[in-house]
Formats: sequence, structure tokens, C-alpha cells
Amino acid sequence: MSRAATEGFRWRKPPFIANPALRYGIWLAVAAYLAWAVSSIPIDPQRIVAGFPRAAQIFGGAIPPDFARWQLLLSGFLESIQIALIATAVGVVLSVPLAILSARNVVPVPVYVLGRATVITARSFHPVIVAIIFVKAVGFGALAGILTLIVYTIGFVSKLLAEAIEEIDWGQVEAMQAAGANYLKVLLYAVAPQVMPRQIGLALYQLDINLRASTVVGIVGAGGIGSTLMNAFGRYDYDFAFAILIAIISLVFATEIVSGRIRRGIS
Amino acid sequence: MSDVGGYRWVRRSAAERLARFAAWLVVVALLVWSVRGVDIFWPWVVDAPAQIADLLGRMSPPDPSNLDLILAAMLQTIHIATLATLLALVLALPVAYLAAQNTSPNGATLALGRLIVVSTRSVNTIIWALLFVAIFGPGPLAGILAVAFRSIGFLGKLIAEAIEEIDRRPVEAMEATGANEAKVIAYGVVPQVLPTFFAVSILRWDINIRESTVLGLVGAGGIGLLLQGAIDTFKWQEVSLILLAILSVVVAGEFVSGWLREKVI
Amino acid sequence: MLEIQDLVKRYGDGDPVLKGLHLSVAEKSVTAVIGSSGAGKSTLLRCINRLVEPTSGSIRLNGMELTTLRGRELRRARRRIGMVFQGFNLLERLTVMENVLAGRLGYVGFAPALLRRYPQEDVDRAYGLLQRVGLAKYVNTRADALSGGERQRVGVVRALMQEPEILLADEPTASLDPKTAEGIMHLMRDLSAELSLPVLINIHNVAQAKSYSERIVGLRHGRIIFDGEPGALDDEAFDRIYEGDEEAAAEALGEKPRGPAVSA
Repeated sequence: MSRAATEGFRWRKPPFIANPALRYGIWLAVAAYLAWAVSSIPIDPQRIVAGFPRAAQIFGGAIPPDFARWQLLLSGFLESIQIALIATAVGVVLSVPLAILSARNVVPVPVYVLGRATVITARSFHPVIVAIIFVKAVGFGALAGILTLIVYTIGFVSKLLAEAIEEIDWGQVEAMQAAGANYLKVLLYAVAPQVMPRQIGLALYQLDINLRASTVVGIVGAGGIGSTLMNAFGRYDYDFAFAILIAIISLVFATEIVSGRIRRGIS
Repeated sequence: MSDVGGYRWVRRSAAERLARFAAWLVVVALLVWSVRGVDIFWPWVVDAPAQIADLLGRMSPPDPSNLDLILAAMLQTIHIATLATLLALVLALPVAYLAAQNTSPNGATLALGRLIVVSTRSVNTIIWALLFVAIFGPGPLAGILAVAFRSIGFLGKLIAEAIEEIDRRPVEAMEATGANEAKVIAYGVVPQVLPTFFAVSILRWDINIRESTVLGLVGAGGIGLLLQGAIDTFKWQEVSLILLAILSVVVAGEFVSGWLREKVI
Repeated sequence: MLEIQDLVKRYGDGDPVLKGLHLSVAEKSVTAVIGSSGAGKSTLLRCINRLVEPTSGSIRLNGMELTTLRGRELRRARRRIGMVFQGFNLLERLTVMENVLAGRLGYVGFAPALLRRYPQEDVDRAYGLLQRVGLAKYVNTRADALSGGERQRVGVVRALMQEPEILLADEPTASLDPKTAEGIMHLMRDLSAELSLPVLINIHNVAQAKSYSERIVGLRHGRIIFDGEPGALDDEAFDRIYEGDEEAAAEALGEKPRGPAVSA
């Protein structure tokens, strides 16, 4: 093989998207979108500069954080924990029938559609929005928080449980049907044992999520430490508010580290 | 489980039964403690279904008179979510690099990376938003930064995990050729992490749409301001329209993100 | 006694999978159904207990017409038909005892089923049957801890717990190695005699079919083209049944192992 045959051969890495029109089209579309989106965001440089002294003012009032009313802080936290516990328990229980109703392989199609729609609706709203609505409906306090997190729990747990139900080994269902078991007994013996371990895992995971969410929904008046925070803010007790904030962040921080360690220990 | 003649079947050993009973006891005890502890006015609980039904009644039918404002605000919400996700991606990459055991230069940087990940995850989006509104004033800029900062932790953590799970051999091969650090990353690490990177970004974008809907409640842009306004003035039929708009956008977002993830994987 | 007349099963608009079958199964016999895949063996069996819905035709079990039953009557009828599956279809996470007691689900109420409080005579019969098949020591073992042959024996016991009037076996040995398969076939033949139970078995391995049954039914493209004693199944009849399907024919002769190849 002479050198001449291979001289002048140029290699370029094949691009990710083969069709050049499509590739440049996408780049163009992305650039256009960015231009459009950024232009629609009002940025006022003067405002930003003026903001710094204002921020300094608030931080000045907030520092040093005031932990004197730590009993109030503690009771606020306890209430958040209690809200999360109740909401997780009720939500996990309610999510079981709802998951069955939204699993394609165990209910007729119209029921499945209705069930899925309900779960999707429960999932689509940020818990803060749900909390605001519940506060308007049933008043300020822990009740609104519990109802909010029940909806939140159902939205997440039902979806995952329904997916687990849709993936079960169908042979076990067939065997129970062949033995003459009715619908409920088939669910009990053939479906439940296959998804129950998953459900317990989901419940614990959701408890963790709900503990964090309960601190947040309190900000709109749904009970717990969030309510304590907003009350402090409203009374201009910035130093107490800052103390509460530090406590919330530290707690979540600690939970993150602990659960991270546990997960690393398991894997 | 009778033992009158015949075989006595014991389903669970005494130890198992005791353990299960103890577990149930703990759960029930926690729930009783919680129910007694929360500050709930019990007559309100009984009244709750009626109140909720009443509110739902007042919300229907949805009132479309401010539809144009609502759509514009939803559009801004989507912009906030998208721009915030892009910004977070840019910021999260170096964080992920630092937070992954196998690419972090030394123990201190590893700790720093992990610290950034955990702190940004620990502070809720709303609190970030309050902070940025205090600094930059109300408006979508504060919102974008808030959502972006919150996302850094999420993205950084998942990308770092993906980096930690790569196959070492391409990386070693690259190092053996004498390539410098940057090239080793570009050719050895990045291609392996790319699918996860895209999947995680699309997922976070989907979540951020939901997160961005509440920014307006603290003045950080998006649909939240209109929603709060309608609620405060008791325009319940406008509230339900806004909720429908949010529902449609979130569901559409889920479809789009599901489709995109299929294309990418 | 099972009487099938003019059984047709069609999926959509295509060619029917079963084209007007006539079959009678007498008491206390082992009947083997053979044929290449797609011949309709599995469909035939599943039409009997309505896991597959027949398109038309009549299936009578001891005088009762099965094809028109619905709801509770259908479940009551299914109690009388025991089924053993190729994939065993055990409740993997439950224990052996729970698995075999599940054969009584058609007879007990929801609460007893939930609490596992079955009548003592059921528990006794279960234990007796488990002893009979040599699995008494696994009473509280999880089903997924057992070997293939052991699992199929649990499947057989579960079916027998229904006190069925007929036992259907849909390729019960296809997932088992030859020696274990023989054990299962042996078991079913013995049980058929002991309990005066008619047994209808789908099977790929013609040699085993001939050894363990009193009657062979050959299916081809949804029709019965052979029905007689094992001795009458000569090479010519074999070729007619498996014509064109060399892989199935090889398997049927036991020349080719099913599933992953076993190195010599």
C-alpha cells in the first residue's frame, strides 16, 4: 500500500445530529428562544444597585440571630413533624386504592383514565398553592397543612405504586383466577405481595419529603415552623426569623447528610 | 391454627409476630402523639368537607375574562423555568466535578463540592426567592436565580453520582496517552455521563415548571402574583382558570419531557 | 367427564386458532396433547377454564356448560378445574403453605383469606399432600427459594387443593430438565390413578407423552388430526402432526434441549 493512497484523508468527528439542516435549525431555535426569553425579563440595573443597601438593612436587622424564644421554635418544629407524620400515614393509605384505580392492567379503561387524571391533578400543583387554597377553605393552621400534604403524598405515591402494579408478574394473577378467586382475593394474593415492599419504601421516602414540605407550607399559614417563621417576619422580628431559618436549614442539611450516609452505606 | 388433631400450621414464628407487633405499636404511638399534638380545632375538621365543597362550587365555572394576562404570566413562568434550568446546568457542572470522588482533585474540594450540593438542596426555593427579592427587587430575575440555585444541588448531586459510576477504563486509557486533565475529562468522562446529563436536565426542567408557579407569591415573577391577587380579592372563578392553566402547562411539560428523554436515551 | 364440541377460537379477523374441535375426556385417564407451537394446544386448555374466551362451541364439564357462565358461577366452575402452568405461576414471595392454601381461595371468604385462617381440614389436606410429594419440610419456606421441580410440585398440590374434577397441565415440564420432567409426569400419572382424576397435559416431548399417558391427541393448525393410543402413534402419524416444523419435531423427539444449550 503506497503512502499516496492514504494521503490527504481528512477525518471529522460525525456530529451528534446527522442532518445539517436539523442541527443548525436546532441551534438557531435555541438562540432565538434565549433571546426572546431574556428580553422578556425586565432587568433594571439601577434597581439592582439600589437593592444592596436595602438588603444590608434587612441582614443588619437579622444578625445576630435571636434564639431566645427557642421553645416557640421547638414547638413549631414539633408541629411540622406531627403534620408530616399524619399526612404521610393517611396519604399512603389512600394512595393504595387510588393506585389500583390508575393501573391499566387491573381496572377497565374508563376507570383507569379517571384514576390517572385524579393522580395527575394531585401531582401538578406545588404544595404551596394547594396550601393556600386549603387555608382559604378550612382556615389557618395545621389542618390545612395536613390536607395539603395528603394531596401531595397521594400525587407522588399513587403514581409510583400504579407503575409497580403495572409491572407485576401476570402469571400469578392467572393462577389465582384459574383457582376461582374473585377480584379482591386476586389483588390480595397475587398483586399485593408483589408491590407491598415497594409501598413501604415509598412511604418512608415520602415521609422524608413531607417533613421538608411541611416546613414550607407553613409559610402560607398551614401550620408548623413555617407559620412561626412568617409570624416573626410579619412582626419585623428579623432576628428571630433568621434564627428560625437557620434552624430549618440546619435540620434539612443534617437530614441530607444522614440520608446520604445511609444510602452510601446500603449501596 | 388449631391443634385439635391434625397438623398445626404456624404462619409466623413468635419472634416475627413480636417484631411486627412492636413495629405497629411504634407507628400507632407516633400517630396518636401527632394527632394530640397538632393545634387543630376539631369542629373545623368535621366541617372541612362542606367547606371544601363550598369553595369548589364558588370556583366553577372558570372565568376567562383575564385569559390574556394569565397566558402571558404562564409564558413568563415557563421562561423562568427554562432559563433557570440552563443557568443551573452551567453552574452545576463544575460543582458536580468537585463533588464526585473520582474527579475531585483532593479531599478539600470533594468536601466543598458536597457542601454546595447539600446546602443548595436544603434551602427551599421560596426562601431563595425571598432572599433574591430582597437583594434584586421583585421580578422574574429574582425568580430565575432562586430556581437556578435550588436546582444546582439537585443537578450537581445526580451528575456527580453519574460521574462516580463511570467505567474507569476509558479514563485510564486516556491518561495513558499522556493527555492532560481537560482532555481526559472531555474524552473519557463526558461521553459516559452525557445520557444521564440530558435525562437529569430534562427532569429538573419539568420539576422547575412546577416550582416556578409559586415564585410570584413572594414577588419573584410568573403566574404566582396573579394567583395571589385573585385569591386575595376572592375572584374564585379566576383562580380556577389559573389553576387550569397551571395544570395544562405542567401536564404538557410532562409529555414534552417524557418525549425528549426517550429521544435522548 | 369433559366434552368439547365444535370449539372455535378466532382472534380478530384472522384464521381461527381452533377450528371446530371435538374432544371427550373420560374419567380417570391421562390424555396428552401434542403438536407444534401455534397448533392451538395452549389455547385449547385455556378455553376450558375460560382464561381464553372461546369464540363459539360447547364445553361441558360433568354435564355443566362452561362457555355461558359469568361472574360467580364462572368462579365456582373454575374451582372444579385445576391448572398447572409451564412457568409454575407460584406466589413467589409467599410461603409454600400459603401457596397451596391459595388453591382454596375459591372456597373461603375474604377475611379468612386475609388472616390466613383456613379450616383445619384444609390445612391437614395441604400438609398431607405436601408430604405425598416430599415437600413437607418446606412448609414455611418462601416459594422463590425452591428449585424448578420443587416449585412445579407445589403447583400441582395447589391445583389438587381445589378438589378439582379435572386437572389441566399447560406444558408443565417445558421449563424443567429431563430427569425432573419425568418426575413430574410420573407424579401426575400416579395422582390421576390415586384420585380417579382425568388429566389433560400439553406436552412437547413425545417420548414422555407416550410413556405417561393412555391416550394421545395430536393437534395441527387448530384441528385434531390424531386421537388414539400411544402405541398407534407411528412415524407417519408423527410426521403428519409436526409436518413443516422441524424444530418442534426435533424437540418432540428429545433431540434438542429446550432453552439454553447444555454443553456436552
